[in-house]
Amino acid sequence: MSAHQSIESSVQPSVKATEKMPPVATSRPIPVARKPRWWVIRGELNPHAVWMLATLGFVLPFLAWWAGTAFGVADPLFMPGPLAVIKRLGQWWSSEGLVDDALMSIYRVMAGFVVSAVLAIPLGIYIGAYRPVQALLEPLTDFIRYMPAVAFIPLVMLWVGIDESAKILIIFLGTFFQMVLMVAEDVRRVPMAQIEAAQTMGATRGEIIKKVIFPSVRPALLDTLRITCGWAWTYLVVAELVASNSGLGYAILKAQRYMQTDKIFAGILLIGLIGLLTDQAFRWISRRAFPWNRK
Amino acid sequence: MSDMPKIRIDQVGKTFVGKQRSVHALDDIRLDIQPNEFVTFVGASGCGKSTLLRIIAGLETLSCGEILLDGQPVDGPGVDRAMVFQHYSLYPWLSVMNNIKFCRQLKVISDTVRNDADIESASGRADALLNLMGLSAFAEAFPSQLSGGMQQRVAIARALMPRPATLLMDEPFGALDAQTREVMHDLIRYVHRLEKSTILFVTHDVEEAIYLGGRVVLMAPRPGRIDSIFEVPLPAVRHQDMKLSPEFTELKRKILVRIRETSGMQTDLDQLARLSAQE
Repeated sequence: MSAHQSIESSVQPSVKATEKMPPVATSRPIPVARKPRWWVIRGELNPHAVWMLATLGFVLPFLAWWAGTAFGVADPLFMPGPLAVIKRLGQWWSSEGLVDDALMSIYRVMAGFVVSAVLAIPLGIYIGAYRPVQALLEPLTDFIRYMPAVAFIPLVMLWVGIDESAKILIIFLGTFFQMVLMVAEDVRRVPMAQIEAAQTMGATRGEIIKKVIFPSVRPALLDTLRITCGWAWTYLVVAELVASNSGLGYAILKAQRYMQTDKIFAGILLIGLIGLLTDQAFRWISRRAFPWNRK
Repeated sequence: MSDMPKIRIDQVGKTFVGKQRSVHALDDIRLDIQPNEFVTFVGASGCGKSTLLRIIAGLETLSCGEILLDGQPVDGPGVDRAMVFQHYSLYPWLSVMNNIKFCRQLKVISDTVRNDADIESASGRADALLNLMGLSAFAEAFPSQLSGGMQQRVAIARALMPRPATLLMDEPFGALDAQTREVMHDLIRYVHRLEKSTILFVTHDVEEAIYLGGRVVLMAPRPGRIDSIFEVPLPAVRHQDMKLSPEFTELKRKILVRIRETSGMQTDLDQLARLSAQE
């Protein structure tokens, strides 16, 4: 006890002394901005660095591509440079109907995707909410999910021909079954306590689905839609490669016939860009619509 | 009529049937709970205290026996028995106020609304509960913006909103820190006197069980059963200092010893001593 006190009394004056000293002469460690540590598992990263790295992630492959073609590493016939692709893109835009092709493709994706979502969301909610529905439909859906949608194309062509509905049907087949299972899983992740709390307040089954499960699952649902929308684009190209005379997929196929590798590149990049924009739009909607859903 | 218990738990048994083995969760539980009683349930883990509460809430079925509520057998959840869960029960998309008013959206409640006066008295009650819980400044906040203790206060207010005769609480303060708990304890004692509700409170914290309860029901595991019941020798109006009184500590000691005896999990200190001596 007394040792304690003596230490305190010997320390205190010196502390006071340093406080009275002018700041330049202080012997205290001067606070330096800590070097941000990047390699922390699940660590934080400031937004500035995130943007920088994301840009770098785009710029580096682009530079490699440019360098590879500019220095003649690859045959420009098979590997056109970025400038050639951009030039081709301009030409496609001004005289080859790029806007029409893109709009056509977007229309098909959206039609197939919306039909798929309109059917998959209620079905997924029922599978996720009721065990008998799950037992009845989930194994079947799982089974169909593993059948490659692409393999259905010949059948689709025989059944519905090669008009618009065929392409929409292929996109539907590619996304619907996955979407049902993902929605069901989202619904099963609604905390049981939220549902039971409603039950103890006298909610009916219908009220629980409408007033608890659906509002609760919305952010996860939007995330599922965002992910499946990307898959819809994959199936669009497949559908257009096989049976079409318009759209981005068709343009890519036609370009192959004429050895226009620059146009193939342009088409692929364009689809990637549209996908990226859609993805960002989904994320933006999610932030705006569900401000309460802070991670 | 007057001496009819609020809740009669009559020879209740519960067996969870699994693929490999069945678990005998509750065996021949008998207990009468009077109106406006505050009964707390403690016991080693696996004693079935939460299961019993969930059966009374109607969230779980029973395998045998009967729960009588005002003489009527319980069949499923009802608005007369509100439940407060340990966590994750608030609706994160609704503001604090709308969480509290959630039951107003449900048909079973909205059907009872006859006129404007009813609506007015309901929103008056929501305001009063918000005040009671000390959350007036947070009416428009989302649950994710609140601390754990505040979230549980919202959950309690929401449970009280439909004026339930019985309040069932399943380790509601289990995830809170010790200081917040003390505040919540005095709050819930106050609510008990104010609302005249019957409260059944499950906890693993013996001190909490004694401080809150009029009676402490000690349950024992394998199979889950009532081991003993203790009357708490404290007045209706309580304060934190009472936790240091000799009656309190003596009861706490008795209950802790009994839980240790019934838990089936014991640290053999002699064995430990021998082990460390060998090294």
